[in-house]
Amino acid sequence: MPGITVTVNGKTVTREVEGRTLLVQLLREELGLTGTHVGCDTSQCGACLVHVNGESVKSCTMLAAAADGAQVTTIEGVAGRDGTMSVVQAAFQEHHGLQCGFCTPGMVMSVTDLLRVNASPSETEVREWLEGNICRCTGYHNIVKAALAAAETLRAGQPLAAE
Amino acid sequence: MAKDFGIGASSKRREDKRFLTGKGRYTDDMNKAGQAYVHFLRSDMAHGRIASIDVSAAEAAPGVLKVFTAKDFEAVGGVPCGWQVTDKNGEPMKEPKHPILAEGRVRHVGDPIAAVVAETRAHARDAAELIEVELEELPAVVDMRAALSGGQSVHDEAPDNLCYDWDFPAESKDAVDEAIRNAHHVTVLELRNNRLVANPMEPRCALGEYDEADDMHTLWTTSQNPHVIRLLMGAFVLGIPEHKLRVVAPDVGGGFGSKIYHYAEEAFVTFAAKVVGRPVKWTSDRAEAFMSDAHGRDHVCKVELAMDAEGNFLALRSTTLANMGAYLSTFAPCIPTWLHGTLLAGNYKTPLIFTNVKAVFTNTVPVDAYRGAGRPEATYLIERTVDKAAREMGIDPAELRRRNFITQFPYQTPVAVEYDSGNYNATLDKVLDASDRAGFAARKAESASRGKLRGFGLAHYIEACGIAPSSLVGALGARAGLYEAATVRVNPTGSISVFTGSHSHGQGHETTFAQVVADMLGVPEDSIDIVHGDTNRVPFGMGTYGSRSLAVGGSAIVKSVDKIIAKAKKIAAHLLEASETDITFENGQFSVQGTDRSLAWGEVCLAAYVPHKYPIETLEPGLEETSFYDPANFTYPSGAYACEVEVDPETGKVTVLSFTAADDFGNVVNPMIVEGQVHGGLAQGLGQALMEGCVYDENGQLITASFMDYAMPLAKDLPSFVVDNSACTPCTHNPLGVKGCGEAGAIGSPPALVNAVLDALSDYGIAHIDMPLTPSKVWAAIDAARPAAAAE
Amino acid sequence: MYNFEYLRPRSLAEAVEAMKGEDAQALSGGQTLIPTLKARLAQPSVLVDLTGLAELKGVSRMGDVLAIGAATRHADVAASAAARAAIPAVAALAGNIGDPAVRNRGTIGGSIANNDPAACYPSAALALGATIHTSAGRAIGADDFFQGMFETALDEGELVTRVDLPIPMAANYQKFEQPASRFALVGVFVARFAGGVRVAITGASESGVTRWEAAEAALTSSFSAEALSGLAFPADGLIGDIYGTPAYRAHLIAVLTRRAVQACG
Repeated sequence: MPGITVTVNGKTVTREVEGRTLLVQLLREELGLTGTHVGCDTSQCGACLVHVNGESVKSCTMLAAAADGAQVTTIEGVAGRDGTMSVVQAAFQEHHGLQCGFCTPGMVMSVTDLLRVNASPSETEVREWLEGNICRCTGYHNIVKAALAAAETLRAGQPLAAE
Repeated sequence: MAKDFGIGASSKRREDKRFLTGKGRYTDDMNKAGQAYVHFLRSDMAHGRIASIDVSAAEAAPGVLKVFTAKDFEAVGGVPCGWQVTDKNGEPMKEPKHPILAEGRVRHVGDPIAAVVAETRAHARDAAELIEVELEELPAVVDMRAALSGGQSVHDEAPDNLCYDWDFPAESKDAVDEAIRNAHHVTVLELRNNRLVANPMEPRCALGEYDEADDMHTLWTTSQNPHVIRLLMGAFVLGIPEHKLRVVAPDVGGGFGSKIYHYAEEAFVTFAAKVVGRPVKWTSDRAEAFMSDAHGRDHVCKVELAMDAEGNFLALRSTTLANMGAYLSTFAPCIPTWLHGTLLAGNYKTPLIFTNVKAVFTNTVPVDAYRGAGRPEATYLIERTVDKAAREMGIDPAELRRRNFITQFPYQTPVAVEYDSGNYNATLDKVLDASDRAGFAARKAESASRGKLRGFGLAHYIEACGIAPSSLVGALGARAGLYEAATVRVNPTGSISVFTGSHSHGQGHETTFAQVVADMLGVPEDSIDIVHGDTNRVPFGMGTYGSRSLAVGGSAIVKSVDKIIAKAKKIAAHLLEASETDITFENGQFSVQGTDRSLAWGEVCLAAYVPHKYPIETLEPGLEETSFYDPANFTYPSGAYACEVEVDPETGKVTVLSFTAADDFGNVVNPMIVEGQVHGGLAQGLGQALMEGCVYDENGQLITASFMDYAMPLAKDLPSFVVDNSACTPCTHNPLGVKGCGEAGAIGSPPALVNAVLDALSDYGIAHIDMPLTPSKVWAAIDAARPAAAAE
Repeated sequence: MYNFEYLRPRSLAEAVEAMKGEDAQALSGGQTLIPTLKARLAQPSVLVDLTGLAELKGVSRMGDVLAIGAATRHADVAASAAARAAIPAVAALAGNIGDPAVRNRGTIGGSIANNDPAACYPSAALALGATIHTSAGRAIGADDFFQGMFETALDEGELVTRVDLPIPMAANYQKFEQPASRFALVGVFVARFAGGVRVAITGASESGVTRWEAAEAALTSSFSAEALSGLAFPADGLIGDIYGTPAYRAHLIAVLTRRAVQACG
């Protein structure tokens, strides 16, 4: 089994993994980072979305071995060290952008990535961007609202990350 | 003026932080020392006789602990059904056994044949491929009409595939027939309520544990009602008494009905954990979910609505074929009957109503309640028919509805239920105003200038929620009571733990229930903890479904808090040396009327646990109360919905431009959460109407077995919604005056959307298109109608 | 997934060598392959990950072609200034494949080599008359490369290294999504060159990505929506499923072709 070294939420870990081990399995089962979820088998729902080298990736559709040497950020790594939620996390709470919470980590990671590449998205752009994230609870209404509100907060000068 | 705490405040959800930071605890997040994994070998054939099963190679495979087949479950019961419907001939419904693992026959794609328990998921799945199963294929029973017309049966006990044949109300049949025969006009509509898959984003998961030291079984499961699972599985399947069985439903990632039922996998892991002496975990993947989670809807209906010359409704008759699938799921039999037939009055004073429902076994996944459960089917049937009637009678659809609205309450319908309150004109006024129906003609012209067809559709709905009075549902065949339980424990320092039998899987109970208690006691919301989902902590519960949590579970909490206040007043009276009747309680202060003597909440709470100088023969220490609340009636939320769409006639694609909801939920505890519930319901209802549909081919193969083929609504498919719940008529019979909001959106939105699309297509003379209105179906209807439209 | 050996070669030469293993399978972004493996529909013994090969990445204009390295991700093509300037329709196509996370992994080489009948890229390659360069040193014309659903001219172990897309005067891609998968139910790519017009159709045909010669002839003589009037794509041989009959797909082909022409301006 190949040994891989991955930096997850700032912490470097080395593990031996089978070729078939998915990144999400490494995160959930090996590293105990259960905030990243699995909601489908077809790379559509986005509950498993994490950032690999700063970009959105579906961790259920990437081999752990392929993440060798990468920087991975999961939902557990988004809030500040003191527990302060990021602008995006706070906006989700403020605007009731979550209900059962299962798709939420992926949504937060996806919206965070959106605001990195587009500081002033329109409602349509938010909705298009979220094509890879399925929510069954909210009807997306408040997720979209939260994303737009977070964008506004960021434009007002708050940093994207809580730290 | 919006409140900033308690009832009526949009308090932010306390559960959010754990979900937003990845600290939620869902069943699959739990791992136990020594945990093994199970993989189920499921049938890929819809119907077949199991000629042989050879598990020897699998048992010898690496990592395998044991391979189970039906013979391991000979001493164990089948998965029980919780509701019995009586056939019109007086016989009980046909109730064939639903084994944990298939016995002799497989009856749907996904029926589990064998189960491998192994060290890892991969070992279990690898080994499952080594099981040799010889299946002799039997003809698949798929189409309901064909199922009833003889030939192959799904179960020997039901040779004609009929589970029951139900007339309701039986005594109205002749009068309804006569009214329809003699009517000025009868609108006839045949329609199908499409089969759906609930698809909560969290797939089901079950983790069984057995502790030999105290002979204790624990099941961690993705359930909406852990006590119900404990009862069904303990008493009817595995024979484990309640005190030796703990069922925990921790954070649950959505349910929408599909996690109400007791499933075979739950019984399997509980059973297998004891057999193999290790915790056993099963986590469904999405493909498995499609073929093992109970599906929803799947009705085929014919409706006739009789009217006089002014459009007054005289009688409604419907016949429905309801798909049960291959086995009876927990509540399946009551969905097309008592949750459907009793709602056929809708919002209208139709004096005569009769329905016949035939429940049919087929070689498909079992069908049970899905968000709305019977009521969306009733609403769709009525509201599509009313819209068609308006067109045929040349009456404006809003006006036809107004003409027939029930306006006096309480109102006894001809289908057994009594509506306590409502104001249907008020919600209609609000929706017409908020959707700017007056400006629709101009918007339609603008669309036309771009070659698009714009349509406006209305729908009303009524639901029966707050399920339900136990005495009533008992008479109707429920094998359980449908009350709710709550314990309120006031701790010595005044903090409060509330133990509720309701289960939150997205609804935000931890926040709203705390608001109710805070409001009643005048204490901060954050001094109150809401505990749910664990049979070892919560005294009892019937769980969360049917928009019942606040109306029933919340009322149980209110009852307990009332008892707490009464007890605390006694303590205060003792401490203040006053008469109990002179004690008032307001804003967390106990006062002696007409004096300045008072005690704070915390002082009384502490005194309850430090009972120095108590008259212990009349005043018991402690401050904890339990209540069971059994409602007097259902609650009847209602509302008016408006949908505006644009159809591209070249491709058939429907775009939802706007959706406006005006609901009457009675009193509202947390407006933010209520609006969120409506949004979610709307998305599911619009999903049903626009794109969702579970399809089997003629061989019983599931065509829509993943998100690649089963269309889930995405953000880009939906507009932002306009939601209003200011037209409020409080429920008259529960202490909070609340009605329930969880299902409304899914109930009212499908007919609004379909009515809007047919309005857009009105020039083509298209009377009906069955859901889902996918582009290809809409285009096919346009294409077929085009010669007629061109000839005019 | 069945287990396999995972290899991540450092150079194309190493990758080619690794592909000589029995049942070796190239892994690019994996956005199709990994779900396929998860469903146990394939059982390679070795997966050769091409995503580490810098030499297969990049978008650049080379004379009258836009050259895209096989391991270039959809997101990079969508964002590429060179692609946006040379063939904006290709940048737009890439920016509308799947979703943002999929576009951060999926590659043009993977898409073309897989030749999914509903994928977007094959229609661009075919309509633009791409030249597909391979690790065997071959330069294969798109007309020869695509050989039916999931079939290409690639030999065993042969890898796509670069896709050269001739730069047209104008081009447009119209995608009509399948409601569930959001792949193309029908996609039409129209490319107008000085020497003529090419039209390629994806999502529709049982023989995979295909050209519509009749429309090409009509548009070559007159590049206008009117030139298409009366032209119908034959429904025979088109895919029929729950989201569209062959007749519906044939109809969409005509509608989308017209829209693509109109969008070309």
